Amino acid sequence: MATLKELTHREDRLAGGHRLCAGCGASIAMRQIMLGAGTDPLVVGCATGCLEVSTTIYPYTSWRIGYVHNAFENSAATVSGVEAAFKALKRAGKIPADKKIKFMAVGGDGGTYDIGLQSLSGAMERGHDMVYVCYDNGAYMNTGIQRSSATPKGAWATTSEVGAAQAGKQQKRKDLTSIIAAHNVAYAAQGSISHWKDLATKAEKAFAAEGPAFINVLATCPRGWRSAYNKSIEIAKLGVQTGYWPLFEVENGEWKMSTSSKGLVKAGRKPIEDFLKPQGRFKHLFAPENSDLLAEIQADVDDYWEYIKHRCGVE
Amino acid sequence: MAEVKTVATTGNLVVAEAMRQCKPDVVAAYPITPQTTIVEEYAKFVAQGRVHTEYVTVESEHSAMSACIGASAAGARVMTATASQGLALMWEELHIASGMRLPIVMANANRALSAPINIHCDHGDAMGARDTGWVILFAETAQEAYDNTIICLKVAEDPEVLLPAMTCLDGFITTHSIDRIELFDDETVADFVGEYEPANALLDTDSPVSHGCFAGLGGPFFEFKKAQRLAIDRSKGVVERVGAAFSELSGRPFGLVESDMMDDADLAIVVIGSTAGNARHVAKEMRAQGVKAGVVKVRCFRPFPQAELVAALKDAKAVAVLDRAESFGAEGGPLYLETRSALYDLETRMPVVNYIYGLGGSDVRLELIRQVYSDLSDIVSGSASPSGLVYLGAR
Repeated sequence: MATLKELTHREDRLAGGHRLCAGCGASIAMRQIMLGAGTDPLVVGCATGCLEVSTTIYPYTSWRIGYVHNAFENSAATVSGVEAAFKALKRAGKIPADKKIKFMAVGGDGGTYDIGLQSLSGAMERGHDMVYVCYDNGAYMNTGIQRSSATPKGAWATTSEVGAAQAGKQQKRKDLTSIIAAHNVAYAAQGSISHWKDLATKAEKAFAAEGPAFINVLATCPRGWRSAYNKSIEIAKLGVQTGYWPLFEVENGEWKMSTSSKGLVKAGRKPIEDFLKPQGRFKHLFAPENSDLLAEIQADVDDYWEYIKHRCGVE
Repeated sequence: MAEVKTVATTGNLVVAEAMRQCKPDVVAAYPITPQTTIVEEYAKFVAQGRVHTEYVTVESEHSAMSACIGASAAGARVMTATASQGLALMWEELHIASGMRLPIVMANANRALSAPINIHCDHGDAMGARDTGWVILFAETAQEAYDNTIICLKVAEDPEVLLPAMTCLDGFITTHSIDRIELFDDETVADFVGEYEPANALLDTDSPVSHGCFAGLGGPFFEFKKAQRLAIDRSKGVVERVGAAFSELSGRPFGLVESDMMDDADLAIVVIGSTAGNARHVAKEMRAQGVKAGVVKVRCFRPFPQAELVAALKDAKAVAVLDRAESFGAEGGPLYLETRSALYDLETRMPVVNYIYGLGGSDVRLELIRQVYSDLSDIVSGSASPSGLVYLGAR
């Protein structure tokens, strides 16, 4: 793992001046991951979404590396093609045999958990040498905060409204990281923008792995979470500290809880309210009539925490 | 000097052979009837080590075209094949491929679209993609499917064009029937298509570029679309030029529009694909009976050869357009709409009538073609008025 000093001397592959909101977790995730990726040339494919529209407003681009955007549901399939081209052109002698290029596909949770799940699953199964990064902010933020299968239970979203008959999203979120781990990929991990060292290390491992790798990053969206733009890192950290977002990795089939999460097993997790309170999307949960729902959400978080502990062999 | 081998095989197998001879770097494909034997044959080439191609066996047609787009943006020569529902599933990607100006070549085994589900030939799939910005050629025979595939690649990759191209062949009728076909040796095809020199390849990491940027409100979207229109307009001359060069090599004719017996024809049938053969057969019969019948086959549907079609039809007394596709709610089928529009500028406009035929592989019997000429004859003699759309042979 590169030291912080080394990381700070690496070129930032996503230039400033893009149009993402202040406090957006997506660009933070990208920069941390690309710093961790190392110094080999990198080509990125990005799904339609905030990151895409805000970084490539023609004739400008924030990407100092090769970049391709195709559509919403297919960044994994698109990068499959890029990686296939690399192999073939090497075979044809048009690219030197010793040339190294890393490939990264990126999508938000809508483009990954939902509409892009098939494309992602296919790419993971086929074994393309790429790292897929999902920046999970738990809703379709680019189109205006509609619920996705990554939206937490109880969250307000514009298609899971809060009213007399319903208190936000009714369903639990999908555990995508486990689903991708079940593809037996070389490397799968969950990270958070709040834990830069953990995330950069995971990126380094993911890019070093032969074949497909996957990183799911908790990435705050101040606009959709209804949170203060200068609290993004703090809230993401609470996501980890409450156990809502356990940090773990699955390396060659071996599940391992990451240090920051593992420490909570003995030290104790913060109550889920600590993560929910600074976010306006959960405001209604603190009304007295929703106390049962709040308890239910805590119970769900506990269940998932126990499940991840069990998978990681943590007592 | 080109070496030629004459073989008896199917349309699909010679499309796969043409693909192999074009040496694509990437083929990303998903199986669908009646395209399957193309991708199966190509899989054999891969297994036998006869190609350097990276063969990406994707999990859907949407991903097939997505991967083709990624590979083409990366700087690779890219080919694929599909049919029917597969083409429909690719729909948004067809627009993206042309909008990103990527010279991907795809064979389409023409098959009806559901519902009801049906695996047999009509042109509804390709006609549904007619406005997606692809160059679209249709084959009458397996030989033309082979020829068109090679021509498509050279057209698509021409720096004046840089658009994707679709090479269509009739499902089962052409894809699966055994026919007599002349194949070139590998070197001749390789020399003809040449090496692909990509512009702005993603994999040129020394000069990084961004593909697929955002051109929203106030951005240059409109101008990009105009550039795309100019490119497909330019492609017409390129199809003609490449077709002529291929024709010189093969000794076989190539035209955007191919006319038979039209020099003095009173009655003309306009048709696409394998049915042109039936029409020609019947036209010869009619000629033996003293009826001046002719056939105009449209081989290149996009860009639409308006002037060539007008030149072929201008002296006819009545024209029947045969559409193997619907354009529900429109005045007639897609070929009819285009043909009638093309003829609008003639000083003397002849009656133009429309027949929808052969949907879902519905049999195109010779007596149906005879009926069309007979109807045209009645229209010319004044014993019948031009009628509206006819479902030819429908029970």
